[in-house]
Amino acid sequence: MDTYLRRTVMWYGGVGLLTATVVRNVALPRRYLALVVQEIETMGVRSLGVALTAAVFTGMVFSLQSAVNMARFGAEAYVGPLVALAIFRELGPVLTAVLVGGKVASGITAELGSMKVTEQIDALRSLGVNYVKRLIVPRLLAALVVFPLLTALADVTGVVGGMLIMYFERGADMFSFWNNMTYWVVPKDFLTGIAKSAVFGAIATLIGCYNGLSTEGGTEGLGRATTATVVHVTMGVIVSDFFLTKIFLMLFW
Amino acid sequence: MPNTKRAIEERHGFPGALRTPGGVGGHVGAPHVVEVIGAEKAFAAGPVLQGVTFDISKGETLVVMGGSGSGKTVLLRHIAGLLQPDAGQVRVFGQNIEHLTEEELLPIRRRMGYVFQGAALFDSLTTYENVAYPLREHRHLSEDEIHERVARFLGVVALGDEVMPKLPSELSGGMRKRVGIARALSAEPEILLFDEPTAGLDPTNSKMVGDLIRELHGGVCDTAIVVTHDLELTKTVADRVAILIEGRFAALGPLAEVLESREPTVQAFLAGEAR
Repeated sequence: MDTYLRRTVMWYGGVGLLTATVVRNVALPRRYLALVVQEIETMGVRSLGVALTAAVFTGMVFSLQSAVNMARFGAEAYVGPLVALAIFRELGPVLTAVLVGGKVASGITAELGSMKVTEQIDALRSLGVNYVKRLIVPRLLAALVVFPLLTALADVTGVVGGMLIMYFERGADMFSFWNNMTYWVVPKDFLTGIAKSAVFGAIATLIGCYNGLSTEGGTEGLGRATTATVVHVTMGVIVSDFFLTKIFLMLFW
Repeated sequence: MPNTKRAIEERHGFPGALRTPGGVGGHVGAPHVVEVIGAEKAFAAGPVLQGVTFDISKGETLVVMGGSGSGKTVLLRHIAGLLQPDAGQVRVFGQNIEHLTEEELLPIRRRMGYVFQGAALFDSLTTYENVAYPLREHRHLSEDEIHERVARFLGVVALGDEVMPKLPSELSGGMRKRVGIARALSAEPEILLFDEPTAGLDPTNSKMVGDLIRELHGGVCDTAIVVTHDLELTKTVADRVAILIEGRFAALGPLAEVLESREPTVQAFLAGEAR
C-alpha cells in the first residue's frame, strides 16, 4: 500500500514538475517550428479517420436513442438541440480526447520510452541539446492545435450524423431540425467544448511524454509504460472534464 | 587549501588523489578540466560512489577501470552532469556543476563529447544526420560546410562516404561505435568521455578503437576520460589509471605504478580474481 501510494504521489509530482519545465521552455527557436508542423501532421492527419468515424456513429446512435425516447413525451422536435448540445459540450471533446489522446499519447510514450532505454535522450542531453524544447514542447504545441481542430470536425460530423438519422429513420424535416438546433444552441456551447479539447490535448501529451521519459526496465518496462499511458489519459480526460465543466458553468453560464 | 588537500588525500587513502597541475600526461601548469572531490551517490539498491576524488588536466587521458557494477558509468555520468552527486563536488572547466539546472548545464555539455557504451545513435536518422546533429543544433553552417565536416570526422574514425546514407540499424557494432565517436567529435569538444568504448567489439575493432583514442589524444581532442575494464585498451591509451572498487578509487596513478600496486583489492582485480 505504501509503495503504491508513494508511486502515485511521485507520478503526480513528476507530471507537475514536467509541466512546470515545459512552461519554462515553451518558447522555441525558429528551427524547431518545423517539428511542430511535423507533429501536427503525425497527430492530426493520422487520427482524422478514427475521430470522425467515432463522431458520426456517436451522433447517429445518440439521435436514434433520443428520438425514440423523447417521442414518448412528445418532445421529438427537440432532438436536434439535444444532440448538438451533448456533442458540442461533452461527447465531441471527450470522445475525441479519449480516442485520439490514447492513440497519440501511447505513441509518444513508446517513442520517448524507446529513446530513453537506448540512451538516445541522454545522448541529446550530452550534446547540449535542450530535450524538453526538442522533444516535448513541439508535441504540446501541436496538440494544442490538433485537438481543438479534430474536435471541431468531430462536432460537425456528429451533428450531421444525428441529422441524417432523424431524416432517414424518423422522417424529420431537415429545416426544422436545423432551425430548432440553431435557436437553442449558442456559440459558447461550441467554444467551451473546444476550450476543453485544448486542455485534454495538453493533458494527453504531457502524460505521454512523462510516462515515456520515466520508462525503466527495458522493453518490458516500455510495454508497461505504453499500456499505463492509455489508462492515465482516459482517466485524466474523464476526471478533468468534470472540473472543467464545473469551472465553465460557473464562468459562462 | 593545502590542509584541505591533505585531508582529502588522507580520507581517500592515497596520495595524489588531488594533484598539483601537470602530472603525468597533463601539460605542466595546465588547468584542471575536471575535478571530482568526494563524490558520493547512492541508488535504491545501495551506494555506488562512496567518496571518489580525482582531477584531470588538459592534455591528459585518464582511464577508470573497475568491474561490472563498480560505478564507472555512474562516475562518467556525473562528469557530464547527467547525474548529480548526493554529496561532494564535481567541477568541470572550473565551474561547480552539481547544483546546476538542466538548462544551465547545456553550455558546459557543449564543450564535452560523450561516447556511449551502446553508441546511442538516433535510430531514425542516417549516419550523416547523426554526425551532423550537433552542427545543426549549435553552429550556423551552410549545408556544404556541414557536409565537409561530417566527411572529415567520419574520415577520422576511418569511415567513408558510403556509410552516410545508412541508418544505425544497418551498421555493425564497431561501425556504430565509431559513428558515435564521430558524432561526439563533430561538436569539437575540449574533453571526450568514453563509456566502455571496446565493450562488445571483436579484437580487431577493439584495437582500432584503442588506436583511434590514442590518435585523438595527439590531435583532435587531447583530453579524455575512458571508462573500461579492458586492460589492453588501458595500456594503449592511459596516461594515468584509476581502479574503482566498491565506489572508491583503490589506486590512482601512472599505469606502471598501478600495475605494481600492493593493494590486495587492486591485485585481485588485475589478476581477474575480484569477486
